[in-house]
Amino acid sequence: MAVEKFPIEAGHIMMFARSIGDKNPIYYDEVYAKATEPGAIVPPPTFTMSSAQFDPDYFLRPKIGEPWFGSGKNPTGISQASGGSGGGAGRGLHAEQHFEYHLPVKAGDVLKAETKPGKKWEKEGRRGGKLIFSETITEYRNQNQELVVTARGIGVVTEKAPD
Amino acid sequence: MALKKSELKIGDVHEALLVEDLKRTQIVQYAGASGDYNPLHTDEIFATQVAGFPSVFAHGMLTMGMTGAMLTNFVGDGRLTHFGVRFTKQVFPGDTLKAKATVAEIHEKDGQPLVNFSVETLNQNGDIVVSGWATARIDE
Repeated sequence: MAVEKFPIEAGHIMMFARSIGDKNPIYYDEVYAKATEPGAIVPPPTFTMSSAQFDPDYFLRPKIGEPWFGSGKNPTGISQASGGSGGGAGRGLHAEQHFEYHLPVKAGDVLKAETKPGKKWEKEGRRGGKLIFSETITEYRNQNQELVVTARGIGVVTEKAPD
Repeated sequence: MALKKSELKIGDVHEALLVEDLKRTQIVQYAGASGDYNPLHTDEIFATQVAGFPSVFAHGMLTMGMTGAMLTNFVGDGRLTHFGVRFTKQVFPGDTLKAKATVAEIHEKDGQPLVNFSVETLNQNGDIVVSGWATARIDE
């Protein structure tokens, strides 16, 4: 994932905070936020994941005019033959997620994200089947080219869905 | 609002209720906000009939996000320097989640006092759904 422009927008922060059930007014009330230590509306700690919204190629968002693997007339919108993990059709899961916060991020900042692959390893699953782990590291830089957040995610692909 | 080094000791526990009876609508809300529209989380028909799960389930990042709210509302805004978790069990609609942060270490880096917490989120059966650790800047 490479995201050229990830604008940190107050409205987006408000919607994100609502979705995680966080009532802290620093996520929506500018006047309140001014009087806090950060001095501005700031994003919640896991907010950088939503840079996916600004990734034109993000595969877990339906694209206009393209097939989508969720249900419609049938349980899946793609033919079974073309299924598999390539479409994210149910086999890939999130195993770990880590964030390092280097510098503050505030509403109004414009970040840029660059992702590089990390380690890759395999393990035998408890219920049988091979588990394939892979790591990705995403570095978020602000409009001054300063590194603000490093995100390290580990995904796991199973050979079969857990029982 | 920030925590003080003088008022923390190893083993101190902070707990918060994250969600009671998680609704599918909240999972949809998270999908919309985060941009992760994987139908495993929002499309019951796809999740059960195609992927073979008992129902849709929450994004790991929704559970991590709710767990993060427990942390920021405890350590103060803009105070975290690290937050990392493993997703150990799926979270399903109807689950009730509680999170706790336990003081594991109090230390200093370049004159800045820091606290490390071990972090756990548990469901109504006492199963750990998320486990990890976090570090926050604290005052003297």
